[in-house]
Amino acid sequence: MNILEFTSLLFGISIFAGLLGALTGLGGGVVIVPSLALLFNVDIRYAIGASLVSVIATSSGAAVAYVREGLSNIRIGMFLEVATTAGALLGAYLTTKLSSHWIAIVFGVVLLYSAYASFTKEPESLSASKTNALATKIKLNGSYAGQLAQERYTAQNVPLGFGIMFGAGTLSGLLGIGSGAVKVLAMDHAMKLPFKVSTTTSNFMIGVTAAASAGTYLFRGYIDPGIAMPVMLGVLVGSLVGARILVRSRVTSLKVLFSVVIIALGIEMIYSGLRGRI
Amino acid sequence: MAPITDKQLESAIADMLRFGVVLAAIVVFLGGGIYLRHPSIAPQDYSHFRATLPSLCTAAGVLRGALQLDAKSVIQLGILILIATPVARVIFCVIGFFRQRDGLYIGVSMTVFIILIYSLFRGGR
Repeated sequence: MNILEFTSLLFGISIFAGLLGALTGLGGGVVIVPSLALLFNVDIRYAIGASLVSVIATSSGAAVAYVREGLSNIRIGMFLEVATTAGALLGAYLTTKLSSHWIAIVFGVVLLYSAYASFTKEPESLSASKTNALATKIKLNGSYAGQLAQERYTAQNVPLGFGIMFGAGTLSGLLGIGSGAVKVLAMDHAMKLPFKVSTTTSNFMIGVTAAASAGTYLFRGYIDPGIAMPVMLGVLVGSLVGARILVRSRVTSLKVLFSVVIIALGIEMIYSGLRGRI
Repeated sequence: MAPITDKQLESAIADMLRFGVVLAAIVVFLGGGIYLRHPSIAPQDYSHFRATLPSLCTAAGVLRGALQLDAKSVIQLGILILIATPVARVIFCVIGFFRQRDGLYIGVSMTVFIILIYSLFRGGR
């Protein structure tokens, strides 16, 4: 295989990963790392380095639209980024300490959880009626354009949400992914934010979180241009196309199919990690 | 300075993010073009981790290489621009909150900024 074929194959699989990531809402990273490690036999450290780069690209690209629509809450995002960036520093440090077998196993578990989480129903937002003294004091509230009128919300369980975010940041730094599923867990389930606000704010935070581990990845030589170039461009193209498909059609059946792919990748990652093949 | 509304801050952030991502993608794409100039050479072996070239691991090394139009350095320069985009976004927030006289969030966004700077300059060492 020459570099043109190698680059083209990586570019193709990255488009697919970006598409899948956008349609399931899980982000491209969860697909690209197992694909590179399992299909291309790329060392997992190069894979998470390239994935992290693609995560920054897609998050920043998608945030352009959300921020403009006023769906992301910049204050809540900024506040929680204190937790995610600190977690990401820890995660990136752990990457340099843990063996690749362990990274693969943790990755597999996160994949299985993400597939499960993408199927749980959107929780009803109850925050509109409730107030919260701490959240109000530090301005973790806001409003967005609902179906009928402007809907107000106030964050709940702030310390718990902050703690889960630290965990999400650690996983992001350790695995080179956005860990959107864990971020949504913190904002939907713990902080009871409206679904629209939590998903878009989560996306808004992913780029900054990833940037916090990028320094470590770069200095340690995890980011190799030969892999990162096709992966970044491919995932970007795939996620842009995926976002368009999402706007135009309902994709429940596709989502089921993709979740099966993610579960299979998760099991294979755990198995390969246990067998010492990754 | 005139106070800035949340809406203006959001739109400034959106413009900056788009600019950063588009610029990074263009630079990476150009680097990719140089990289594939000799398409028939064999790719390096990525199955065992050996860390990429030391000159590609620091901003100074990347800049030096990119000025000589070294393919991998140009790609890496695009990636550095991409990494800088969220950092610039945090700086925008610091300035925005400053113009809103929002002391609490000046502190919050400064904290995030310091963590990012620490990681970019001290991370991994």
